[in-house]
Amino acid sequence: MNQSYTVTAVALVVLATVLVGGFGLRISRTTSDFYVASRTVGPGLNAAAISGEYLSAASFLGVAGLVLLHGPDMLWYPVGYTAGYLVLLVFVAAPLRRSGAYTLPDFAEGRLESRAVRRLVSVFVAGAGWLYLVPQLQGAGLTLAILTGAPDWFGGVLVALVVVVAVAAGGMRSITFVQAFQYWLKLTALLVPALFLLLAWQGDGRPRVDLDLASAVAGRADHPLYATYGLIVATFLGTMGLPHVVVRFYTSPNGRAARRTTLFVLALIGAFYLLPPVYGALGRLYVPELPYGTNADAAVLLLPERAIGGLGGALLGALVAGGAFAAFLSTASGLTMAVAGVLTQDVLPSRGVRHFRLATPLAMAVPLGGSLLITGMPVADSVGMAFAVSASSFCPLLVLGIWWRRLTPPGAIAGLLLGGGLSFAATVITVSGAVRSGWPHALLAWPAVWSVPVGFLAMILVSLATRGRIPPGTNAAMARFHLPEALMPSGKGGVR
Amino acid sequence: MTGESRQPAPRREVVTGEPRRVRPLPRYRAQAEIEEQTALGDAYVRSLMRGQLRAGLTAFAVLALVVGTLPLAFAALRDATAVWVVLGFAAYPLLTLLAWWYVRRAERNERDFARLVKGRPVP
Repeated sequence: MNQSYTVTAVALVVLATVLVGGFGLRISRTTSDFYVASRTVGPGLNAAAISGEYLSAASFLGVAGLVLLHGPDMLWYPVGYTAGYLVLLVFVAAPLRRSGAYTLPDFAEGRLESRAVRRLVSVFVAGAGWLYLVPQLQGAGLTLAILTGAPDWFGGVLVALVVVVAVAAGGMRSITFVQAFQYWLKLTALLVPALFLLLAWQGDGRPRVDLDLASAVAGRADHPLYATYGLIVATFLGTMGLPHVVVRFYTSPNGRAARRTTLFVLALIGAFYLLPPVYGALGRLYVPELPYGTNADAAVLLLPERAIGGLGGALLGALVAGGAFAAFLSTASGLTMAVAGVLTQDVLPSRGVRHFRLATPLAMAVPLGGSLLITGMPVADSVGMAFAVSASSFCPLLVLGIWWRRLTPPGAIAGLLLGGGLSFAATVITVSGAVRSGWPHALLAWPAVWSVPVGFLAMILVSLATRGRIPPGTNAAMARFHLPEALMPSGKGGVR
Repeated sequence: MTGESRQPAPRREVVTGEPRRVRPLPRYRAQAEIEEQTALGDAYVRSLMRGQLRAGLTAFAVLALVVGTLPLAFAALRDATAVWVVLGFAAYPLLTLLAWWYVRRAERNERDFARLVKGRPVP
């Protein structure tokens, strides 16, 4: 493998990220610029930014790897990642923007008028963000290790450093440009090699690609149907609560723009997800046995070299590696942004941009440690767990908070603790490897099927039992969430 | 600031900034009702919320119905090609189409609501 092309591609992506971030730094002047890009990002740019941030290592490498290893049932992952935005659109997008809050804890406090709920939500935001950051850093380590022979830890540390510098320097305004740029980079980095791969496949006389379900190399779960439903529930309902997704909606100018942005996002990520299955299918043909044991996440990276070979293969491989690095960088910076925002506002003593800059390394240090300690989990699986936790805690909070007037602070706390807490506990048990087979393993590894109803039920029942605690401002909050900005009396909807 | 003591006449200040935003008076009666949180204003908000929730639930029900039955259908069919075609390709345009329908419907709800509110000017 020719390493110099890969190193050049990765270096270019890193350099471009820092440069575009620096461009943002020059126009990022106020605190509002810093956190939410002053709420002036139009649907086109914002949608590209959201998509760029969302398409993580799990999408870029993980999906193709899982399809290669376990067959087409794994295509539920990208479908779920996309459909999550539809659920977000129909229940949350416009009201969330109109709530006028900066972060999820802001939303919780504004709606429920309770500091306790705010603090609990902050804990969950940091937890879910960290859970999602770990696989990004691991993916970076894997990519560089396979392509250049660098030590396993190096890629993760590199991504962590670049992200901390870019986020701490420019904040949201600069990150918006970086993310939008990285969506198009990622799309190109998968699309161009995919076209060449298909041509090479044609040239080889179209060998039959083994599409069968039964040919899966390894059985994935003892109860595949249950696992599929668990995956569907987690991804469909979990997207709306992911910290880096939520924070993006506050940058839209108004509720209508937030809705249209989401529609664009669906189209953009849908277009992207047409590509990983191509890699998965061709990978079965050209990379039947993977190096590094069962680490199927490497399939996308190795495919151009194997199928095309020569200089062309090396160049295309370098393009894919650059795209993969863009995936780690963009998702990691979005998550770091969200976690650092929460740390600044709710953990560190005073507010302000200076403290945000201090919080950024802190937000990155924990997952970096985690990524070095925990190894040997497929990227898409660990991301799936962050989705499950988000679906069981933030989804009930957002949906009930936006549509149900009887939600009370004790109800919200009960739902967060039971739904989110239990799914988080299930994740920890699964990762520790204490339970390895049968129904117990299936139930713990795909907890969303039971933990989401638990979260919703706990929130509803405890709220009904504590009717006296309904926040006095509930009706005003509902009017603010749902009325179009132009109709809001006293211009409250147009908070800037 | 050194010239202050020597100049007897008060300095003329030129205001270049925007005037402070004054709280605008509600232009429509319904708007006033909403602002004062009267029963009628509350009813307006609830009617809009019902319409929007209905639109959202319709889209969600279509999604849940299709997605809820698909894994069972795939398990029954045991046809790998169908899984590849549906999940690898057909799903994305359909999701975008459903989203597009919802956005149109939600914006229409808001337009209708605006017409309702503006239909009754402040007397």
